[in-house]
Amino acid sequence: MKAIVNVYLKQGVLDPQGKAAHHALESLGFHSIEDVRIGKQIVIKLGNMSKEEAITKVKEMSETLLANTVIEDYDIEIVQ
Amino acid sequence: MKVAVLRFPGTNCEFDTEYAFKKLGHDVAIVWHNDTALPDGIDLVVVPGGFSYGDYLRSGSIARFAPVMKAVSQYANNGGKVLGICNGFQILTEAGLLPGALKRNTNLHFISKYQHLRVTNTDNAFLNKFQAGDILYVPIAHADGNYYIDDAGLKELKANGQILLQYVDSDGNIDSINGSVEAIAGICNKEKNVFGLMPHPERAIEDILGSDDGINMLQGFVS
Repeated sequence: MKAIVNVYLKQGVLDPQGKAAHHALESLGFHSIEDVRIGKQIVIKLGNMSKEEAITKVKEMSETLLANTVIEDYDIEIVQ
Repeated sequence: MKVAVLRFPGTNCEFDTEYAFKKLGHDVAIVWHNDTALPDGIDLVVVPGGFSYGDYLRSGSIARFAPVMKAVSQYANNGGKVLGICNGFQILTEAGLLPGALKRNTNLHFISKYQHLRVTNTDNAFLNKFQAGDILYVPIAHADGNYYIDDAGLKELKANGQILLQYVDSDGNIDSINGSVEAIAGICNKEKNVFGLMPHPERAIEDILGSDDGINMLQGFVS
């Protein structure tokens, strides 16, 4: 089982990297972009456990270490 | 006075910090990140600058779980004085010993230069030898110095006089060179025993280096 954790800056917290990529895309001719946010993806390979157990564990990992919840949000996806 | 200077893998300002405090006549002990206790009888813990754990994940996010940090938290919660410089400031925010967080600089550059700072609040053990409005000239060197705090947190910082230093231009006008909220360069906690700043006072300790404002800042801790 694998857990995929996506971490990104909260809405309302300026994302300088996203902004730079947004400008670069526009200067390349890609218009009608409303917003670009850059985050990171953390892939965790897990041992045998139920999906519920995995979610609980990975949530705890995210809150403790993987995301700084002062500035970041995260979401978790469990894949078999 | 006895000063403990922490050292993590990737710390690189521990010897500059040691030199500065020795110059002020203090005993300095460098403390390894795996130690579970601080030396006896210390008066100040300094979390120095550098790139602890390669800045992996987020600056300071791994270091804050090092064994020694448990002792530092305990020391701080008992009223002990703690100073975080640059990466040390990042570690203290990650550890929750200081409010807010430090993000990537708005211009995405690593900014390394001498910078003017304005002293904002002096009602604390660190800057009590200065006057509010004094202008200091101290090096900065960081990629993640963009201080963020939400509106409620900012109000609290202001109400309690927790903003220590702000980035200004050479005329003393506020100049948020890295995108920091209110150009904040340094803060302290509500209890005023934990201090954090992005600039490097330990790098401005002799005129020949361009400024000795830093040694005057560190001298603040001498009671």
